[in-house]
Amino acid sequence: MVDAAPWWAVVTAPVLLAAFALCAIGYDAVLAAREAARPIRMTTPARPLLEVPRLLVSQPRRLPAPDALLWRTGVITVPVAAVLSTAVIPFGHVVVADLPVGVVWFNAMEVLTWAGLWMAGWGPNAVFSLVGGYRYVAQGLAYELPLMFALMTPAIRAQSLRVGDIAAAQSQVWFAVWMPVAFVVYLAGVLAFSFLGPFSYPVGQDIAGGLLGEASGVDRLLLSAGRWLLLAAGSAMAVPLFLGGGAGPVLPAWTWSAIKTLAVLALLVWVRRRLPVIRADRYVELAWVVLIPLTVLQALVPALVVLGGGR
Amino acid sequence: MTLHLFLLLAAGLFAIGVYGALSQQSIVMIMMGIELMIGGVIVAAAAFWSFLAPAAASGQVIVVAAVVAMAVEMAMGFAVTTAIFRARRVDTTDLAEDLKG
Amino acid sequence: MEMAVFWVLAVPALAGGVLVFRCGSMARATFALLSSLICVGGEVVLLGLPYLGVVIILMMVMEMVVMAVFMIAYMMNPAGLTPMSMVHNKRGSAVISVAVFVALAAGIFLVPWPRRAGSPPPDTTFQVGVSLMGGQMLTMITLGFVLLATMVGATVLATRRGRYDRFGDDLDRRPAHDPAGGGVGR
Repeated sequence: MVDAAPWWAVVTAPVLLAAFALCAIGYDAVLAAREAARPIRMTTPARPLLEVPRLLVSQPRRLPAPDALLWRTGVITVPVAAVLSTAVIPFGHVVVADLPVGVVWFNAMEVLTWAGLWMAGWGPNAVFSLVGGYRYVAQGLAYELPLMFALMTPAIRAQSLRVGDIAAAQSQVWFAVWMPVAFVVYLAGVLAFSFLGPFSYPVGQDIAGGLLGEASGVDRLLLSAGRWLLLAAGSAMAVPLFLGGGAGPVLPAWTWSAIKTLAVLALLVWVRRRLPVIRADRYVELAWVVLIPLTVLQALVPALVVLGGGR
Repeated sequence: MTLHLFLLLAAGLFAIGVYGALSQQSIVMIMMGIELMIGGVIVAAAAFWSFLAPAAASGQVIVVAAVVAMAVEMAMGFAVTTAIFRARRVDTTDLAEDLKG
Repeated sequence: MEMAVFWVLAVPALAGGVLVFRCGSMARATFALLSSLICVGGEVVLLGLPYLGVVIILMMVMEMVVMAVFMIAYMMNPAGLTPMSMVHNKRGSAVISVAVFVALAAGIFLVPWPRRAGSPPPDTTFQVGVSLMGGQMLTMITLGFVLLATMVGATVLATRRGRYDRFGDDLDRRPAHDPAGGGVGR
């Protein structure tokens, strides 16, 4: 079903991920222009990219006694974790590394951002930055368990942790159709681990930008790129988990993968601009009291189907 | 790649952990030593499974048990530290030796 | 190849372990321990247990980030900006540690290890899953109850407030009096 990719996929996978992230940034810029009633021109989607050269040449800001080692490590960890997580995501019929424990790998790489962002918050030796790091961890404790159950649900039905097997198990009906709770919780988790939209609490205005507040120059570029790469990786993972992977009529498999990924990305970017920021202390109670029981029940459904011999 | 090498790595991690657990004063640092010791146990258990009895699943179950032990140790350690810090503003073992015989 | 991977993981695992007790900064000590335990997870993957190895990495990252929070909260000198020593009986500990290592190493080389019995199953994840849900069910149940007891016990130990603080002396105050309101308005 899913074949191992040739060696050059190691290069193309990150490029593809970056391309998806750029599409998301462009769409986000268009939505922002429309909200501000600015005219939308051909150049509107590219406007945020003007930041890139500015950040590359700008003078980095430094505070006294930063923990440079942890700061750099954290800042680099975020985009690297996003890229590593794509190793197990099939695109069409090819995948960089079809690990037998692909779902767990994806989850582990996504959790790496906890360490990365906490270190990025700790490093500059600034209060608001550290508060941002703590907020991310608090938010992480809230979103992670429901997200884990949501990742587990398709794996239970497919009886495999291999992402290719999960995509193949949806030949009749997409998992998004009869696992809606897991799908929605997963999408919320994607927004949460890329700290965008309602989950942008760690970079909130009330703490002067929080995690991004003290980051300047290349650091800021890597962190900002990292969150959009994480969003793109999460959207790409939603396709084999819940939307049937590359399956679809007429068009080749890779186009379907691309179309579905872009659709999920567009939905998430739109949601990000629609919902207000939610505080971690509020979300944690919602997540633990409402979402965890719901996702456990959702995971029970495919377990019963499998036990009932619906193989 | 032999059993001996993996076991030596496990023994090294365990010995470093023993040093930390015995020499540190702060309760949190002692827990880090214990974490390292359990890390050594995990490597040893996985090596025994792989090199001696890969057909027996019990070897893997020991790794699972060790991981659970790690989680329990962390949770209870932090709970005890929080409780004792709340009660007396103390976070080192030397200041909490009332029961020393 | 496997030999090279072993060494690439083993050296940072040991070096990270040593650094934990050499770093002045508590944040760095925590992340040294994290790097060491991630390498342990890598070694477990190398030994043919991909599921357990990746789960160890996943769990250790979460655990160590939480640990960093507590380190910063409780240690006197979290950033290591003013060097201080928080150790007792350093020499005795070192002697005991070396003795433990020598004893273990002697055991490793002196014990006549049996020959390998059987061969690994095609899917080790399946093996541990079937075992935990079958033959080792009792172990699994015990571990589950241990974890549940830990959750309850740790919460009871760590919290200062009980239900009378939340709901009043007659347990009839609604909504509860909490320092921070929750999201579902209980």
